[in-house]
Amino acid sequence: MDKLAQHFWSGCNEGELRLQRCADCNHAQFFPRSHCLNCNSDHVEWQVSKGIGTIYSVTRVERAPTDEFRALAPYCIALVDLDEGVRLMAHANRTLAIGAKVRVTFFNHNNRSLPRFEPL
Amino acid sequence: MAYLTGVACTPFGRHEGSSALGLMTVAVREALKNAQVATAQIDGLLAGYATTFPHLMLANLVAEQLGIQPDYCHAIQSGGASGLTMVMLARELIRSGRCKNILCVAGENRLSGQTRDMAIQSLSQVGHIDYEVPFGPTVPAYYALLAARYLHEHGLKESDLAQFAVLMRNHASTHPGAHQRDLINVDAVLNSKAISSPLKLLDCCPISDGAAALVVSLEPTTANALRIRGAGQAHRHQHVSQIKDIHATGAKAAADLAFREAHIDRTQIEYLGIYDSFTITLMMLLEEIGFAAPGEAAIKVRNGDFSAQGALPLNTHGGLLSYGHCGVAGGMAHLVEAVLQLSGDAGARQIAEREWGYVHADGGVMSAHVGIILQREQRN
Repeated sequence: MDKLAQHFWSGCNEGELRLQRCADCNHAQFFPRSHCLNCNSDHVEWQVSKGIGTIYSVTRVERAPTDEFRALAPYCIALVDLDEGVRLMAHANRTLAIGAKVRVTFFNHNNRSLPRFEPL
Repeated sequence: MAYLTGVACTPFGRHEGSSALGLMTVAVREALKNAQVATAQIDGLLAGYATTFPHLMLANLVAEQLGIQPDYCHAIQSGGASGLTMVMLARELIRSGRCKNILCVAGENRLSGQTRDMAIQSLSQVGHIDYEVPFGPTVPAYYALLAARYLHEHGLKESDLAQFAVLMRNHASTHPGAHQRDLINVDAVLNSKAISSPLKLLDCCPISDGAAALVVSLEPTTANALRIRGAGQAHRHQHVSQIKDIHATGAKAAADLAFREAHIDRTQIEYLGIYDSFTITLMMLLEEIGFAAPGEAAIKVRNGDFSAQGALPLNTHGGLLSYGHCGVAGGMAHLVEAVLQLSGDAGARQIAEREWGYVHADGGVMSAHVGIILQREQRN
């Protein structure tokens, strides 16, 4: 895992959802990169998301890819549009549908803290 | 000018004891025979990749195996779009004067050469290794996220998706080489095992063994050669979480480039070969490319427009959904069938005489798009 990904996932361990914002053009981006996709600046900075957003899409996974996830199945994977203006993949509460307003929580699975969105 | 002079596709399904190289050899020998081109005349060779056989130089390996000594040779990787990418590149190499006869080949024992878990795990890696794969998604889950949103925006139902699985099975039932040939109905699709909502087992293509090969030539070496009249690509993202607009994934952009080259419009197309890894793939591609209005492809299926006897026959071999999916060759089978149908070589499956065909493939999660336009030249 590269340094940017390590910083994102250590944020999850600390209960923080971390995204990037450009210090020059204010563009928010996820997933993290070494430069701004909008203006090509190197001055991208980390920002802690407020963790509030909207479900763009969601699927309930019944057939898991690995033994670790088979123990958790069925589980819901969502694409969430954060209020800061970026989209990311995460887990979601099973009751959530497209358009629902959500807030982030975290749960431990397989020695990793994974973001899971709950109804706001 | 460039022509598709010879095509071949092995039966797809479970071929115990097969290997990637062995399957490719079968397809190549048949394609060369059909093209009436000798191995010594092949001066270019392009190969796909094989997940069961991740060799560093697969194209060179195939060349050596077949006794071919090309002047231009390498493998290509763009997921399910690899096959059409090879054919598009072959056409460019011929138009530039670099080569005269180029062999495009792919095949693998994706079903019998590994466990189902291994296949599902290796394929799920098309997701982002740091920001998607850690959540435990599968390839069906990536497409299910598109499906859930697409159905939501257009007020469509799961039974609309199921129509495409039924149509592909109808077509496969007429092809002896298809992996899954038993007829199904919409209820059977809706009642099949849940995989990743809204997709059920029968919304997903099977994993198969098989191979396909195509010869692209400067001259029409046989009377049945088809001319490649246009080609286009578009690449807008790699990962599902990075798709900006599910109605503009790049499919239309790739098709627009191909149609601009061919100097024809959508209404002149009389046969379709459209990538169908999942029912939602087929629905979204047909609608974005413009062969149905947004939200209306399922209505056209119900009307019979895409059946073998309809106005615009679609994947008459049964597509990935029922002919089967063995990786790169799965996306080549659509082109093989288009060539057979347009050239009048489809045997018992032969449709009425048609001139123009459009074939489209996507790799990844609607990530890499290639469209190709074929024309049967008027005969004397």
